[in-house]
Amino acid sequence: MSFRILGTGMYVPEKVVTNDDLSAIVDTNDEWITQRVGVKQRHISVNETAADMATAAAKQALAAANVSAEELDLILVASISSETTSPATACLVQRNIGATCMAFDISAACAGFLFALENAAMYFAAGKAKKILVIGAERMSRLVNWKERSTCVIFGDGAGAAVLGEGSAFADSVFTVTGNDEVICVPNYMGESPFWQAEPTQPFVAMQGQETFKFAVKSMVRDVNTLLERNGLTLDDIACIVPHQANSRIIELASRKLGLSLDRFVMNIAEYGNTSAASVAIALNEAVRSGRIKQGDRVILCAFGGGLSSAAILLNWE
Amino acid sequence: MVQEKLIELIAENVDCDASELNESTEFASLGIDSLDIAELLMTVEDEFGVTVEMDPALKTVGDLVAKIEEGRNA
Repeated sequence: MSFRILGTGMYVPEKVVTNDDLSAIVDTNDEWITQRVGVKQRHISVNETAADMATAAAKQALAAANVSAEELDLILVASISSETTSPATACLVQRNIGATCMAFDISAACAGFLFALENAAMYFAAGKAKKILVIGAERMSRLVNWKERSTCVIFGDGAGAAVLGEGSAFADSVFTVTGNDEVICVPNYMGESPFWQAEPTQPFVAMQGQETFKFAVKSMVRDVNTLLERNGLTLDDIACIVPHQANSRIIELASRKLGLSLDRFVMNIAEYGNTSAASVAIALNEAVRSGRIKQGDRVILCAFGGGLSSAAILLNWE
Repeated sequence: MVQEKLIELIAENVDCDASELNESTEFASLGIDSLDIAELLMTVEDEFGVTVEMDPALKTVGDLVAKIEEGRNA
């Protein structure tokens, strides 16, 4: 037994920050950001926490799935930017929606939502759950250095959610982890121990842009091809790919390298920026609600990010 | 040989005439950005079967030729 997706939801903060708005804060401009990253605007939280956004997305997904909070057997939240290390964001969502089930967080950066789906699949396979709520929620605005123009223009805040029930949509998956803290690193606050002797680090996103770009494109191409080969499929069999919205240039190059036209990729980075673990969940929600993903479609979700981690999941949409 | 092949690749990727390129051509003069260079290096890696690490000192076609030859002899 695996799962199918019964309903999806999302939430983004009301406040929209345009590229022009950013040019008043750091030395940048709309043309540079649009050309290098593909982002036109991002939604930025002014008072909503990652847990608040996760809760709003969860409520929408539960309503779409026609599932009540009491029916849930597990809540998984993928996040690297939530406000509390403990309680886990999933625990706060559990309280906020009135559920009573087990709940915990998963940390796999931008690939986190897919790692959460994989974990959910294991619970279904083991017969340990009949309904699982999976959420990607990030307040990345908390983790970027707003004085660093090469990173603060990329990210946005938001949450996406999916309610899973028993089914056979989850067909195959591929996960790759290559431990590395040089290409992408988000250090934690180091604390104030009087005994700690190492240099303090800034708790902000640090990325090597070119290495990240190479890693991302290579991962996407490799992972999509692996799923196709393993399942005896070709790109013609795939209705659409829902990739992590890190940078439109990554998706464009992967599109050329795979030989799949760009219109087969779900893209919304222009509107939301890179929302890390929320990005695939938000893009999936929009594709489902707009009717782009339909019954019987084969869909590939793929993501890559800090870890370094990459993931791709093949869904036969039910 | 490496340089001729590389210039051919750059001309294809950057949309310029190969005859305008030589070993002292700076990437910055081609009107390409850092992600274009990353893309070019990925193509180079595929074509030459070497791994080229990102390096801020990599400024000219000649610099990249040296990197590729270094990688091949490694």
